[in-house]
Amino acid sequence: MRVRTGRFRLYAAVARGGFRRYATYRIATLAGVFTNTVFGLILAYTYIALWDERPGLGGYDQSQALTFVWLGQAMLTVMALMGGGFEGELIERIRTGDIAIDLYRPADLQAWWLASDLGRALFQLLGRGVVPMVVGALVFDLALPTDALRWLAFLVAVLLGMVVSFAIRFLVALSAFWLMDGAGVSQMALLAGTFFSGMLLPLNVFPGALGEFARALPWSALLQVPADVFLGKHTGVGLLATYAFQIGWAAALLTAGRLLQAVATRRVVVQGG
Amino acid sequence: MWIRSLMAYRMSFAMTALGNFAVTAFDFVAILLMFSQVDRLGGYSLAEIAFLYGTSCTAFGFADLAIGSVDRLGRRVRDGTLDTLLVRPAPVIAQVAADRFGLHRLGRVTQGASVLVYALVVLDIDWTALKVLMVPMMLLAGAGIFAAVFVAGAAFQFVAQDAAEVQSAFTYGGTTLLQYPPTVFAKELVRGVTFVLPLAFVNWLPALYVLGRPYPLDLPTWVAFTPPLVAAGSLALAGLAWRAGLRSYRSTGS
Repeated sequence: MRVRTGRFRLYAAVARGGFRRYATYRIATLAGVFTNTVFGLILAYTYIALWDERPGLGGYDQSQALTFVWLGQAMLTVMALMGGGFEGELIERIRTGDIAIDLYRPADLQAWWLASDLGRALFQLLGRGVVPMVVGALVFDLALPTDALRWLAFLVAVLLGMVVSFAIRFLVALSAFWLMDGAGVSQMALLAGTFFSGMLLPLNVFPGALGEFARALPWSALLQVPADVFLGKHTGVGLLATYAFQIGWAAALLTAGRLLQAVATRRVVVQGG
Repeated sequence: MWIRSLMAYRMSFAMTALGNFAVTAFDFVAILLMFSQVDRLGGYSLAEIAFLYGTSCTAFGFADLAIGSVDRLGRRVRDGTLDTLLVRPAPVIAQVAADRFGLHRLGRVTQGASVLVYALVVLDIDWTALKVLMVPMMLLAGAGIFAAVFVAGAAFQFVAQDAAEVQSAFTYGGTTLLQYPPTVFAKELVRGVTFVLPLAFVNWLPALYVLGRPYPLDLPTWVAFTPPLVAAGSLALAGLAWRAGLRSYRSTGS
Protein backbone atom coordinates (compact mmCIF):
# COMPACT_ATOMS: atom_id res chain seq x y z
CA MET A 1 0.00 0.00 0.00
CA ARG A 2 2.82 2.39 0.85
CA VAL A 3 4.40 1.63 -2.46
CA ARG A 4 1.16 2.44 -4.23
CA THR A 5 0.75 5.87 -2.69
CA GLY A 6 4.42 6.50 -3.34
CA ARG A 7 3.90 5.66 -6.98
CA PHE A 8 0.88 7.88 -7.17
CA ARG A 9 2.84 10.73 -5.64
CA LEU A 10 5.62 10.22 -8.15
CA TYR A 11 3.31 10.39 -11.15
CA ALA A 12 1.45 13.37 -9.70
CA ALA A 13 4.79 15.14 -9.43
CA VAL A 14 5.62 14.21 -13.05
CA ALA A 15 2.24 15.58 -14.17
CA ARG A 16 2.83 18.79 -12.23
CA GLY A 17 6.21 19.03 -13.93
CA GLY A 18 4.57 18.65 -17.35
CA PHE A 19 2.10 21.38 -16.46
CA ARG A 20 4.72 23.76 -15.13
CA ARG A 21 7.06 23.16 -18.02
CA TYR A 22 4.54 24.41 -20.55
CA ALA A 23 3.38 27.17 -18.23
CA THR A 24 6.89 28.63 -18.47
CA TYR A 25 6.47 29.56 -22.12
CA ARG A 26 4.17 32.51 -21.59
CA ILE A 27 4.86 34.35 -24.84
CA ALA A 28 4.58 31.15 -26.84
CA THR A 29 1.25 30.46 -25.18
CA LEU A 30 0.01 33.96 -25.96
CA ALA A 31 1.16 33.54 -29.56
CA GLY A 32 -0.69 30.23 -29.71
CA VAL A 33 -3.86 31.77 -28.33
CA PHE A 34 -3.65 34.45 -31.00
CA THR A 35 -3.22 31.88 -33.77
CA ASN A 36 -6.09 29.71 -32.50
CA THR A 37 -8.29 32.80 -32.40
CA VAL A 38 -7.42 33.85 -35.96
CA PHE A 39 -8.07 30.35 -37.30
CA GLY A 40 -11.26 30.16 -35.26
CA LEU A 41 -12.50 33.36 -36.91
CA ILE A 42 -11.68 32.18 -40.44
CA LEU A 43 -13.28 28.77 -39.92
CA ALA A 44 -16.30 30.26 -38.20
CA TYR A 45 -17.13 32.35 -41.27
CA THR A 46 -16.80 29.38 -43.61
CA TYR A 47 -19.10 27.37 -41.32
CA ILE A 48 -21.62 30.22 -41.34
CA ALA A 49 -21.58 30.12 -45.15
CA LEU A 50 -22.03 26.35 -45.08
CA TRP A 51 -24.85 26.34 -42.53
CA ASP A 52 -26.56 29.28 -44.29
CA GLU A 53 -26.73 27.06 -47.34
CA ARG A 54 -27.80 23.94 -45.45
CA PRO A 55 -29.40 24.77 -42.09
CA GLY A 56 -29.36 21.84 -39.68
CA LEU A 57 -26.49 20.09 -41.48
CA GLY A 58 -25.15 17.16 -39.45
CA GLY A 59 -27.86 17.68 -36.86
CA TYR A 60 -26.31 20.98 -35.72
CA ASP A 61 -27.91 24.37 -35.92
CA GLN A 62 -25.65 27.27 -36.82
CA SER A 63 -24.72 28.23 -33.28
CA GLN A 64 -23.87 24.61 -32.48
CA ALA A 65 -21.69 24.45 -35.60
CA LEU A 66 -19.90 27.62 -34.52
CA THR A 67 -19.43 26.18 -31.04
CA PHE A 68 -17.83 23.16 -32.69
CA VAL A 69 -15.33 25.44 -34.47
CA TRP A 70 -14.18 27.05 -31.23
CA LEU A 71 -14.10 23.74 -29.37
CA GLY A 72 -11.86 22.48 -32.16
CA GLN A 73 -9.45 25.39 -31.65
CA ALA A 74 -9.53 24.81 -27.91
CA MET A 75 -8.82 21.07 -28.27
CA LEU A 76 -6.14 21.40 -30.96
CA THR A 77 -3.16 21.56 -28.61
CA VAL A 78 -4.86 19.81 -25.70
CA MET A 79 -5.19 16.66 -27.80
CA ALA A 80 -1.93 17.46 -29.65
CA LEU A 81 -3.81 16.96 -32.92
CA MET A 82 -1.04 18.64 -34.90
CA GLY A 83 1.75 17.11 -32.80
CA GLY A 84 3.69 19.04 -30.21
CA GLY A 85 3.18 16.66 -27.33
CA PHE A 86 5.74 14.43 -25.62
CA GLU A 87 6.27 12.15 -28.63
CA GLY A 88 8.96 14.25 -30.28
CA GLU A 89 11.06 14.07 -27.15
CA LEU A 90 10.52 10.34 -26.66
CA ILE A 91 11.44 9.68 -30.31
CA GLU A 92 14.62 11.70 -29.83
CA ARG A 93 15.51 9.70 -26.71
CA ILE A 94 14.95 6.47 -28.60
CA ARG A 95 17.07 7.68 -31.52
CA THR A 96 19.97 8.80 -29.36
CA GLY A 97 19.83 5.78 -27.06
CA ASP A 98 19.00 7.81 -23.94
CA ILE A 99 15.97 5.58 -23.66
CA ALA A 100 18.22 2.95 -22.10
CA ILE A 101 18.59 5.22 -19.05
CA ASP A 102 14.83 5.71 -18.84
CA LEU A 103 14.29 1.98 -18.83
CA TYR A 104 16.54 1.53 -15.79
CA ARG A 105 14.53 4.06 -13.80
CA PRO A 106 12.23 2.64 -11.13
CA ALA A 107 9.22 4.06 -12.90
CA ASP A 108 7.13 2.64 -15.70
CA LEU A 109 7.93 4.22 -19.08
CA GLN A 110 4.32 4.41 -20.26
CA ALA A 111 2.92 5.67 -16.96
CA TRP A 112 5.68 8.26 -16.66
CA TRP A 113 4.99 9.77 -20.07
CA LEU A 114 1.22 9.53 -19.56
CA ALA A 115 1.51 11.57 -16.37
CA SER A 116 3.75 14.12 -18.01
CA ASP A 117 1.51 14.40 -21.07
CA LEU A 118 -1.64 14.79 -18.96
CA GLY A 119 0.08 17.65 -17.13
CA ARG A 120 0.87 19.25 -20.47
CA ALA A 121 -2.67 18.75 -21.78
CA LEU A 122 -4.19 20.23 -18.64
CA PHE A 123 -2.07 23.33 -19.03
CA GLN A 124 -3.02 23.66 -22.70
CA LEU A 125 -6.68 23.38 -21.76
CA LEU A 126 -6.37 26.36 -19.42
CA GLY A 127 -3.68 28.24 -21.32
CA ARG A 128 -4.86 27.84 -24.89
CA GLY A 129 -8.42 26.60 -24.64
CA VAL A 130 -10.20 29.18 -22.55
CA VAL A 131 -9.29 32.47 -24.23
CA PRO A 132 -10.19 31.56 -27.85
CA MET A 133 -13.47 30.13 -26.55
CA VAL A 134 -14.24 33.40 -24.76
CA VAL A 135 -13.39 35.41 -27.89
CA GLY A 136 -15.58 33.09 -29.95
CA ALA A 137 -18.45 33.55 -27.50
CA LEU A 138 -18.09 37.33 -27.66
CA VAL A 139 -18.06 37.52 -31.47
CA PHE A 140 -20.56 34.79 -32.32
CA ASP A 141 -23.68 33.34 -30.80
CA LEU A 142 -22.42 30.06 -29.31
CA ALA A 143 -24.44 27.22 -27.81
CA LEU A 144 -22.82 27.14 -24.37
CA PRO A 145 -24.28 24.72 -21.80
CA THR A 146 -26.14 26.46 -19.02
CA ASP A 147 -26.16 23.43 -16.79
CA ALA A 148 -23.13 22.75 -14.57
CA LEU A 149 -23.49 18.98 -14.90
CA ARG A 150 -23.01 19.17 -18.65
CA TRP A 151 -19.78 21.12 -18.18
CA LEU A 152 -18.66 18.37 -15.82
CA ALA A 153 -19.68 15.67 -18.30
CA PHE A 154 -17.69 17.55 -20.95
CA LEU A 155 -14.58 17.70 -18.77
CA VAL A 156 -14.76 13.95 -18.17
CA ALA A 157 -14.98 13.38 -21.94
CA VAL A 158 -11.99 15.70 -22.45
CA LEU A 159 -9.97 13.82 -19.84
CA LEU A 160 -10.75 10.49 -21.49
CA GLY A 161 -9.89 12.03 -24.86
CA MET A 162 -6.50 13.08 -23.47
CA VAL A 163 -5.76 9.48 -22.49
CA VAL A 164 -6.76 8.16 -25.94
CA SER A 165 -4.63 10.86 -27.57
CA PHE A 166 -1.66 9.89 -25.40
CA ALA A 167 -2.12 6.18 -26.16
CA ILE A 168 -2.07 6.85 -29.92
CA ARG A 169 1.05 9.03 -29.73
CA PHE A 170 2.82 6.56 -27.47
CA LEU A 171 2.44 3.96 -30.20
CA VAL A 172 3.70 6.47 -32.75
CA ALA A 173 6.77 7.21 -30.64
CA LEU A 174 7.57 3.51 -30.09
CA SER A 175 7.70 3.01 -33.84
CA ALA A 176 11.03 4.87 -33.66
CA PHE A 177 12.56 1.73 -32.15
CA TRP A 178 12.23 0.20 -35.59
CA LEU A 179 12.41 3.20 -37.92
CA MET A 180 14.93 5.30 -35.94
CA ASP A 181 13.47 8.47 -37.43
CA GLY A 182 9.98 9.27 -36.29
CA ALA A 183 9.17 12.20 -38.59
CA GLY A 184 7.31 10.14 -41.18
CA VAL A 185 5.13 8.21 -38.76
CA SER A 186 4.45 11.37 -36.74
CA GLN A 187 3.24 13.04 -39.88
CA MET A 188 0.99 10.14 -40.80
CA ALA A 189 -0.46 10.24 -37.27
CA LEU A 190 -1.00 13.97 -37.64
CA LEU A 191 -2.87 13.38 -40.89
CA ALA A 192 -5.11 10.75 -39.38
CA GLY A 193 -5.64 12.94 -36.32
CA THR A 194 -6.71 15.97 -38.35
CA PHE A 195 -8.96 14.00 -40.65
CA PHE A 196 -10.65 11.60 -38.25
CA SER A 197 -10.98 13.76 -35.14
CA GLY A 198 -13.44 16.17 -36.72
CA MET A 199 -10.89 18.99 -36.88
CA LEU A 200 -11.34 19.23 -40.64
CA LEU A 201 -15.11 19.18 -40.52
CA PRO A 202 -17.47 17.67 -37.91
CA LEU A 203 -17.60 13.92 -38.51
CA ASN A 204 -21.40 13.93 -38.69
CA VAL A 205 -21.14 16.14 -41.78
CA PHE A 206 -19.04 13.46 -43.54
CA PRO A 207 -21.23 11.69 -46.07
CA GLY A 208 -22.60 8.17 -45.45
CA ALA A 209 -20.29 5.26 -44.72
CA LEU A 210 -17.21 7.50 -44.49
CA GLY A 211 -18.88 9.29 -41.59
CA GLU A 212 -19.76 6.05 -39.81
CA PHE A 213 -16.26 4.72 -40.31
CA ALA A 214 -14.68 7.94 -39.02
CA ARG A 215 -16.91 8.02 -35.96
CA ALA A 216 -15.88 4.47 -35.00
CA LEU A 217 -12.14 5.23 -34.99
CA PRO A 218 -10.24 6.29 -31.85
CA TRP A 219 -9.57 9.83 -33.13
CA SER A 220 -13.25 10.70 -32.81
CA ALA A 221 -12.72 10.43 -29.03
CA LEU A 222 -10.45 13.48 -29.22
CA LEU A 223 -12.78 16.15 -30.58
CA GLN A 224 -16.05 14.86 -31.99
CA VAL A 225 -17.07 13.03 -28.80
CA PRO A 226 -16.21 15.78 -26.30
CA ALA A 227 -17.87 18.35 -28.60
CA ASP A 228 -21.06 16.30 -28.82
CA VAL A 229 -21.11 15.93 -25.03
CA PHE A 230 -20.65 19.71 -24.78
CA LEU A 231 -23.52 20.29 -27.22
CA GLY A 232 -25.78 17.95 -25.25
CA LYS A 233 -26.03 15.26 -27.93
CA HIS A 234 -25.26 12.51 -25.42
CA THR A 235 -27.21 12.38 -22.19
CA GLY A 236 -28.21 9.65 -19.69
CA VAL A 237 -27.45 6.16 -20.94
CA GLY A 238 -26.14 7.60 -24.19
CA LEU A 239 -23.53 9.50 -22.22
CA LEU A 240 -22.38 6.32 -20.49
CA ALA A 241 -22.14 4.56 -23.85
CA THR A 242 -20.04 7.48 -25.11
CA TYR A 243 -17.68 7.18 -22.17
CA ALA A 244 -17.52 3.43 -22.72
CA PHE A 245 -16.45 4.10 -26.31
CA GLN A 246 -13.62 6.35 -25.13
CA ILE A 247 -12.56 4.02 -22.31
CA GLY A 248 -12.63 1.05 -24.70
CA TRP A 249 -10.26 2.74 -27.13
CA ALA A 250 -8.03 4.00 -24.31
CA ALA A 251 -7.74 0.49 -22.85
CA ALA A 252 -7.10 -1.17 -26.20
CA LEU A 253 -4.45 1.33 -27.27
CA LEU A 254 -2.72 1.46 -23.90
CA THR A 255 -2.52 -2.34 -23.90
CA ALA A 256 -1.09 -2.30 -27.40
CA GLY A 257 1.46 0.26 -26.24
CA ARG A 258 2.40 -1.93 -23.30
CA LEU A 259 2.93 -4.96 -25.52
CA LEU A 260 4.94 -2.99 -28.03
CA GLN A 261 7.00 -1.49 -25.23
CA ALA A 262 7.87 -4.98 -23.98
CA VAL A 263 8.99 -6.06 -27.45
CA ALA A 264 10.92 -2.84 -28.01
CA THR A 265 12.67 -3.08 -24.65
CA ARG A 266 14.09 -6.41 -25.65
CA ARG A 267 15.55 -4.77 -28.74
CA VAL A 268 17.31 -2.14 -26.64
CA VAL A 269 19.02 -4.88 -24.64
CA VAL A 270 20.23 -6.45 -27.86
CA GLN A 271 21.60 -3.12 -29.12
CA GLY A 272 23.26 -2.41 -25.80
CA GLY A 273 25.20 -5.64 -26.10
CA MET B 1 23.39 19.98 -47.94
CA TRP B 2 19.92 19.93 -46.41
CA ILE B 3 18.60 18.14 -49.43
CA ARG B 4 21.23 15.46 -48.97
CA SER B 5 20.50 15.16 -45.26
CA LEU B 6 16.84 14.67 -46.06
CA MET B 7 17.72 11.94 -48.50
CA ALA B 8 19.63 10.07 -45.80
CA TYR B 9 16.32 8.82 -44.49
CA ARG B 10 14.66 8.05 -47.80
CA MET B 11 11.62 6.37 -46.33
CA SER B 12 11.07 9.27 -43.99
CA PHE B 13 11.55 11.80 -46.80
CA ALA B 14 8.97 10.01 -48.92
CA MET B 15 6.56 9.97 -46.03
CA THR B 16 7.07 13.64 -45.10
CA ALA B 17 6.80 14.79 -48.73
CA LEU B 18 3.64 12.74 -49.13
CA GLY B 19 2.43 13.97 -45.77
CA ASN B 20 3.06 17.55 -46.77
CA PHE B 21 1.08 16.96 -49.91
CA ALA B 22 -1.71 15.28 -47.99
CA VAL B 23 -1.89 17.72 -45.11
CA THR B 24 -2.41 20.63 -47.49
CA ALA B 25 -4.68 18.53 -49.65
CA PHE B 26 -6.89 18.12 -46.59
CA ASP B 27 -7.92 21.75 -46.84
CA PHE B 28 -9.26 20.94 -50.27
CA VAL B 29 -10.78 17.69 -49.05
CA ALA B 30 -12.66 19.76 -46.46
CA ILE B 31 -13.96 21.94 -49.29
CA LEU B 32 -14.94 18.84 -51.29
CA LEU B 33 -16.73 17.43 -48.23
CA MET B 34 -18.58 20.71 -47.87
CA PHE B 35 -19.60 20.56 -51.51
CA SER B 36 -20.87 17.02 -51.02
CA GLN B 37 -23.59 18.74 -48.98
CA VAL B 38 -24.09 22.02 -50.88
CA ASP B 39 -23.84 23.38 -54.42
CA ARG B 40 -22.59 26.82 -53.53
CA LEU B 41 -20.61 28.42 -50.74
CA GLY B 42 -20.90 32.16 -50.29
CA GLY B 43 -22.48 32.22 -53.76
CA TYR B 44 -19.48 30.55 -55.42
CA SER B 45 -19.34 27.20 -57.20
CA LEU B 46 -16.81 24.46 -56.48
CA ALA B 47 -14.81 25.30 -59.63
CA GLU B 48 -14.56 28.96 -58.66
CA ILE B 49 -13.45 28.12 -55.12
CA ALA B 50 -10.95 25.63 -56.56
CA PHE B 51 -9.51 28.50 -58.59
CA LEU B 52 -9.13 30.66 -55.48
CA TYR B 53 -7.71 27.68 -53.61
CA GLY B 54 -5.24 26.76 -56.33
CA THR B 55 -3.87 30.28 -56.74
CA SER B 56 -3.58 30.91 -53.00
CA CYS B 57 -2.03 27.55 -52.21
CA THR B 58 0.48 27.61 -55.08
CA ALA B 59 1.61 31.16 -54.38
CA PHE B 60 1.99 30.32 -50.72
CA GLY B 61 3.80 27.11 -51.60
CA PHE B 62 6.43 29.01 -53.59
CA ALA B 63 7.00 31.47 -50.74
CA ASP B 64 7.13 28.63 -48.21
CA LEU B 65 9.60 26.71 -50.31
CA ALA B 66 11.88 29.71 -50.75
CA ILE B 67 11.76 31.28 -47.33
CA GLY B 68 9.45 29.24 -45.06
CA SER B 69 12.40 28.25 -42.87
CA VAL B 70 12.57 31.72 -41.36
CA ASP B 71 10.02 30.67 -38.75
CA ARG B 72 12.97 28.92 -37.13
CA LEU B 73 14.56 32.28 -36.41
CA GLY B 74 13.02 32.62 -32.96
CA ARG B 75 14.72 29.43 -31.85
CA ARG B 76 18.05 30.65 -33.18
CA VAL B 77 17.68 33.92 -31.30
CA ARG B 78 16.84 32.01 -28.11
CA ASP B 79 19.69 29.51 -28.21
CA GLY B 80 22.24 31.95 -29.61
CA THR B 81 23.05 30.00 -32.78
CA LEU B 82 22.16 33.06 -34.83
CA ASP B 83 25.64 34.34 -33.98
CA THR B 84 27.14 31.68 -36.21
CA LEU B 85 25.24 33.09 -39.16
CA LEU B 86 26.28 36.66 -38.39
CA VAL B 87 29.97 35.94 -38.79
CA ARG B 88 29.59 34.09 -42.08
CA PRO B 89 30.20 36.08 -45.27
CA ALA B 90 26.69 35.69 -46.64
CA PRO B 91 23.45 37.61 -46.06
CA VAL B 92 21.78 36.39 -42.87
CA ILE B 93 18.37 36.21 -44.49
CA ALA B 94 19.68 33.89 -47.21
CA GLN B 95 21.27 31.65 -44.60
CA VAL B 96 18.14 31.53 -42.48
CA ALA B 97 16.05 30.73 -45.54
CA ALA B 98 18.41 27.96 -46.60
CA ASP B 99 18.51 26.52 -43.09
CA ARG B 100 16.86 23.11 -43.18
CA PHE B 101 15.69 23.85 -46.69
CA GLY B 102 12.74 21.53 -46.98
CA LEU B 103 12.41 20.02 -50.40
CA HIS B 104 9.46 18.10 -49.03
CA ARG B 105 7.65 21.45 -49.11
CA LEU B 106 7.30 20.82 -52.85
CA GLY B 107 4.30 18.78 -51.74
CA ARG B 108 2.39 21.99 -51.09
CA VAL B 109 3.24 23.51 -54.48
CA THR B 110 2.30 20.30 -56.28
CA GLN B 111 -0.97 20.11 -54.45
CA GLY B 112 -1.90 23.74 -55.08
CA ALA B 113 -0.90 23.48 -58.72
CA SER B 114 -3.00 20.37 -59.31
CA VAL B 115 -6.09 22.01 -57.87
CA LEU B 116 -5.36 25.07 -60.02
CA VAL B 117 -5.12 22.91 -63.15
CA TYR B 118 -8.37 21.20 -62.20
CA ALA B 119 -10.03 24.61 -61.78
CA LEU B 120 -8.71 25.88 -65.11
CA VAL B 121 -10.04 22.79 -66.88
CA VAL B 122 -13.48 22.91 -65.30
CA LEU B 123 -14.06 26.67 -65.28
CA ASP B 124 -15.98 28.24 -68.09
CA ILE B 125 -14.14 31.51 -68.70
CA ASP B 126 -14.01 33.86 -71.68
CA TRP B 127 -10.24 33.98 -71.82
CA THR B 128 -8.60 37.19 -72.97
CA ALA B 129 -4.85 37.80 -73.18
CA LEU B 130 -5.11 39.90 -70.05
CA LYS B 131 -6.89 37.16 -68.10
CA VAL B 132 -4.36 34.56 -69.21
CA LEU B 133 -1.49 36.77 -68.04
CA MET B 134 -3.26 37.31 -64.76
CA VAL B 135 -2.70 33.70 -63.64
CA PRO B 136 1.13 33.59 -63.60
CA MET B 137 1.13 37.16 -62.29
CA MET B 138 -1.00 36.06 -59.33
CA LEU B 139 1.36 33.21 -58.52
CA LEU B 140 4.50 35.35 -58.67
CA ALA B 141 3.18 38.49 -57.01
CA GLY B 142 1.29 36.33 -54.51
CA ALA B 143 4.46 34.47 -53.61
CA GLY B 144 6.16 37.86 -53.17
CA ILE B 145 3.45 39.09 -50.81
CA PHE B 146 3.57 35.89 -48.78
CA ALA B 147 7.38 36.07 -48.69
CA ALA B 148 7.07 39.61 -47.31
CA VAL B 149 4.77 38.28 -44.58
CA PHE B 150 7.32 35.59 -43.76
CA VAL B 151 10.18 38.10 -43.53
CA ALA B 152 8.12 40.56 -41.48
CA GLY B 153 7.19 37.71 -39.16
CA ALA B 154 10.84 36.77 -38.77
CA ALA B 155 11.71 40.40 -38.00
CA PHE B 156 9.02 40.36 -35.33
CA GLN B 157 10.67 37.33 -33.76
CA PHE B 158 13.79 39.36 -32.98
CA VAL B 159 11.56 41.19 -30.53
CA ALA B 160 9.21 38.43 -29.44
CA GLN B 161 11.60 35.47 -29.67
CA ASP B 162 9.10 32.88 -28.58
CA ALA B 163 6.18 33.84 -30.77
CA ALA B 164 6.66 31.79 -33.94
CA GLU B 165 2.98 30.90 -33.88
CA VAL B 166 1.90 34.48 -34.46
CA GLN B 167 3.55 34.14 -37.82
CA SER B 168 1.48 31.03 -38.59
CA ALA B 169 -1.68 33.02 -38.00
CA PHE B 170 -0.76 35.31 -40.89
CA THR B 171 0.94 32.82 -43.21
CA TYR B 172 -1.08 29.62 -42.85
CA GLY B 173 -4.10 31.59 -41.70
CA GLY B 174 -3.75 33.91 -44.68
CA THR B 175 -3.63 31.13 -47.23
CA THR B 176 -6.63 29.44 -45.61
CA LEU B 177 -8.58 32.69 -45.73
CA LEU B 178 -7.83 33.24 -49.42
CA GLN B 179 -9.08 29.78 -50.31
CA TYR B 180 -12.63 31.00 -49.73
CA PRO B 181 -14.39 33.83 -51.54
CA PRO B 182 -14.49 37.23 -49.81
CA THR B 183 -18.30 37.05 -49.68
CA VAL B 184 -17.95 34.50 -46.89
CA PHE B 185 -16.21 36.85 -44.48
CA ALA B 186 -17.23 39.88 -42.47
CA LYS B 187 -16.55 43.25 -44.08
CA GLU B 188 -14.06 44.32 -41.40
CA LEU B 189 -11.98 41.20 -42.00
CA VAL B 190 -11.97 41.79 -45.77
CA ARG B 191 -11.04 45.42 -45.18
CA GLY B 192 -8.20 44.34 -42.91
CA VAL B 193 -6.64 41.99 -45.46
CA THR B 194 -7.03 44.58 -48.24
CA PHE B 195 -5.76 47.77 -46.66
CA VAL B 196 -3.69 46.67 -43.65
CA LEU B 197 -2.12 43.31 -44.49
CA PRO B 198 -2.51 43.24 -48.30
CA LEU B 199 -3.36 39.54 -48.63
CA ALA B 200 -6.38 40.30 -50.83
CA PHE B 201 -3.90 41.17 -53.60
CA VAL B 202 -2.46 37.65 -53.60
CA ASN B 203 -5.47 36.21 -55.37
CA TRP B 204 -8.85 37.68 -54.44
CA LEU B 205 -8.68 40.86 -56.51
CA PRO B 206 -6.94 39.42 -59.62
CA ALA B 207 -8.92 36.16 -59.45
CA LEU B 208 -12.26 37.94 -59.22
CA TYR B 209 -11.25 39.87 -62.35
CA VAL B 210 -10.57 36.57 -64.16
CA LEU B 211 -13.84 35.08 -62.89
CA GLY B 212 -15.75 38.24 -63.80
CA ARG B 213 -17.06 38.58 -60.28
CA PRO B 214 -17.63 41.84 -58.40
CA TYR B 215 -14.78 42.93 -56.12
CA PRO B 216 -15.25 43.23 -52.41
CA LEU B 217 -15.62 46.70 -50.90
CA ASP B 218 -16.60 48.14 -54.35
CA LEU B 219 -12.98 48.61 -55.36
CA PRO B 220 -12.25 49.92 -58.89
CA THR B 221 -11.35 47.49 -61.71
CA TRP B 222 -7.73 48.52 -62.02
CA VAL B 223 -6.80 47.23 -58.52
CA ALA B 224 -6.73 43.74 -60.06
CA PHE B 225 -3.53 44.75 -61.86
CA THR B 226 -1.69 46.15 -58.86
CA PRO B 227 -0.40 42.96 -57.14
CA PRO B 228 3.17 43.28 -58.52
CA LEU B 229 3.39 46.79 -57.07
CA VAL B 230 1.87 45.68 -53.80
CA ALA B 231 4.33 42.77 -53.65
CA ALA B 232 7.31 45.05 -54.31
CA GLY B 233 6.08 47.51 -51.69
CA SER B 234 5.47 44.83 -49.07
CA LEU B 235 8.85 43.24 -49.71
CA ALA B 236 10.56 46.62 -49.30
CA LEU B 237 8.76 47.27 -46.02
CA ALA B 238 9.47 43.77 -44.76
CA GLY B 239 13.13 44.23 -45.71
CA LEU B 240 13.29 47.41 -43.63
CA ALA B 241 11.66 45.64 -40.70
CA TRP B 242 14.15 42.78 -41.03
CA ARG B 243 17.12 45.18 -40.98
CA ALA B 244 15.74 46.98 -37.96
CA GLY B 245 15.25 43.64 -36.24
CA LEU B 246 18.74 42.44 -37.07
CA ARG B 247 20.28 45.69 -35.80
CA SER B 248 18.43 45.40 -32.52
CA TYR B 249 19.61 41.82 -32.05
CA ARG B 250 21.64 41.17 -28.96
CA SER B 251 23.10 37.76 -28.55
CA THR B 252 22.15 35.57 -25.62
CA GLY B 253 24.75 35.16 -22.92
CA SER B 254 26.55 37.90 -21.07
